[in-house]
Amino acid sequence: MVKVLVIAEHDGKRLNASTAKCVACAAAIPGADIHVAVLGENGERVAREATSLAGISKVIQIDNAANAYPVAAVLAPQIAKLAAAYTHILGPSTTFGRDLMPRVAALLNVNQISDIMQVLGSHTFKRPIYAGNAIVTVEAPAGHPVVGTVRMASYRGVDNTGKAATERASIGVELPKHTRFISLQAGKSDRPDLQTASRVVSGGRALGSSENFGIIFRLADAIGAAVGASRAAVDAGFVPNEMQVGQTGKIIAPELYIAIGISGAIQHLTGIKDARTIVAINKDGDAPIFEVADFGLVGDLFKLVPELEQALKS
Amino acid sequence: MDKILVGLKRVVDYNVRVRVKSDGSGVETDGVKMSINPFDEIALEEALRIRDRGEAREVVVVSIGPSDAQQQLRTGLAMGADRAILVETSSAPDPLTGARILLEMVNREKPDLVILGKQAIDNDNSQTGQMLAALWGRPQATFASKLALDGTKATVTREVDSGLELLEVDLPAVVTVDLRMNEPRYVKLPDIMKAKKKPLDQIALASLGISTGAVASVTAFEPPQQRQKGVMVSDVAGLVAAMKDKGLL
Ligand SMILES: Cc1cc2nc3c(=O)[nH]c(=O)nc-3n(C[C@H](O)[C@H](O)[C@H](O)COP(=O)(O)OP(=O)(O)OC[C@H]3O[C@@H](n4cnc5c(N)ncnc54)[C@H](O)[C@@H]3O)c2cc1C
Repeated sequence: MVKVLVIAEHDGKRLNASTAKCVACAAAIPGADIHVAVLGENGERVAREATSLAGISKVIQIDNAANAYPVAAVLAPQIAKLAAAYTHILGPSTTFGRDLMPRVAALLNVNQISDIMQVLGSHTFKRPIYAGNAIVTVEAPAGHPVVGTVRMASYRGVDNTGKAATERASIGVELPKHTRFISLQAGKSDRPDLQTASRVVSGGRALGSSENFGIIFRLADAIGAAVGASRAAVDAGFVPNEMQVGQTGKIIAPELYIAIGISGAIQHLTGIKDARTIVAINKDGDAPIFEVADFGLVGDLFKLVPELEQALKS
Repeated sequence: MDKILVGLKRVVDYNVRVRVKSDGSGVETDGVKMSINPFDEIALEEALRIRDRGEAREVVVVSIGPSDAQQQLRTGLAMGADRAILVETSSAPDPLTGARILLEMVNREKPDLVILGKQAIDNDNSQTGQMLAALWGRPQATFASKLALDGTKATVTREVDSGLELLEVDLPAVVTVDLRMNEPRYVKLPDIMKAKKKPLDQIALASLGISTGAVASVTAFEPPQQRQKGVMVSDVAGLVAAMKDKGLL
């Protein structure tokens, strides 16, 4: 019997799109019976949303005041306890899952399979190493629970045509008080979410300042795109950290990615390998970004980007 | 605080473009430049700054790996670490074994703070710090970009997908660092000379009595799918036409 527990990511109000992608990965495991666990303070609304994830048979709602904000040290012992009834425990390879799941794995005495990009069998998976420069096939040891994180750019979320039931559960396990959430300073934006947007426009060091980055935002708005950035642009303080794309930022797979004034360092390319189409604008015709771009345009971005914005608006 | 323990992993330098061997048996590492994992270098820099501010007495660097990892430990000593420990293994262990080894070092050294990189750029697992914290039963603050100490507590700014999270942890704790925490110093020649005299203990893995549990095995290596170089357009009108052609607009 293959029983998969997917750990839902949410903000207390809404399910994160990462959960539907984890379910898609879980569904690729042959013979999987999939449950989704919602750990929250009052998870009713999120649990209800989760019941519509296609392909799952049950949502388990675990309410506890300690779960108001996801703290790995608090969630992990609860999940480890729940895990006894499952063969697989999956979470997203977002900062939420990357923080939490290894702690769960250690409590279960197993290594984690990080960044699952393909399921080949109940214990066999493909995952990237060396910033995606190599893909390995790994076989998790038989007779042990499989704990894994799911690479977001590799899966399309399942649709919301499901009708699973919700079951409330309480977990008798002592929770540590040594780790306390204080605050979250979240960027507010009316633009599409970088991780799930079908179009993304990114700017690099070449923009030179946060004021100049405005031309990236205007181009993005003209085509309804999310906005990303290279690490150099984030380090220089042009835009906040949550906009970084790449090995140590977000790994994304939009239909269209437009890289502007970005050289195309391997660490940046790791984040956009799965984009369907890459467009690059750079004044250096030898920039490595052109090696992977489907369409390249050489020239000064300060002239070309406003021109492109005008052309796309009209 | 008394002591900070920092992990340093020997990895292929981040500037090397790693390739899968043509027979698929692994990645090409012969003659390739090896360095300290860049995240670990940042971890060490942070520990040194804490010590140099007078908030800690000693910084100890630990590496788990082959004998050659002494080079990276010497670099760590040249950066300013006080002591180094190499737990010698034939190859870098899996994350859970690595965490168990680090736990043993923690039990011996009794640090108030362990600072590690958020991931190693070879296997990109991002597990060791979280696992150490779990096995140790202590707090973890991962992906940190800022660390402030206050007696028995630390306040850590974490880079999360939605922005910046502030977490308060009781010490001792495990912190794993992200790239924006600091910029590591360059080592100068006199420091390299001085580092040669600093203590570097070598411990054989077998002497620790740590069992390596059930480990996932890698059964194949393959290169990633390559993207094809596309076409160059000469102006904005050409770009818009090309995108329209492909149904992107
Ligand atoms: C461990 C590690 C992890 C990393 N993780 C990431 C990551 O997640 N994401 C990431 O992006 N980077 C990451 N990096 C950094 C990466 O190596 C590069 O340094 C970074 O991506 C460079 O950003 P950039 O392309 O904006 O800047 P640069 O490399 O400086 O490129 C700027 C480009 O702009 C072009 N340009 C300049 N002026 C103009 C103009 N007027 N018009 C048009 N073009 C112009 C230049 O030709 C150049 O190609 C990481 C590095 C390390 C070591």
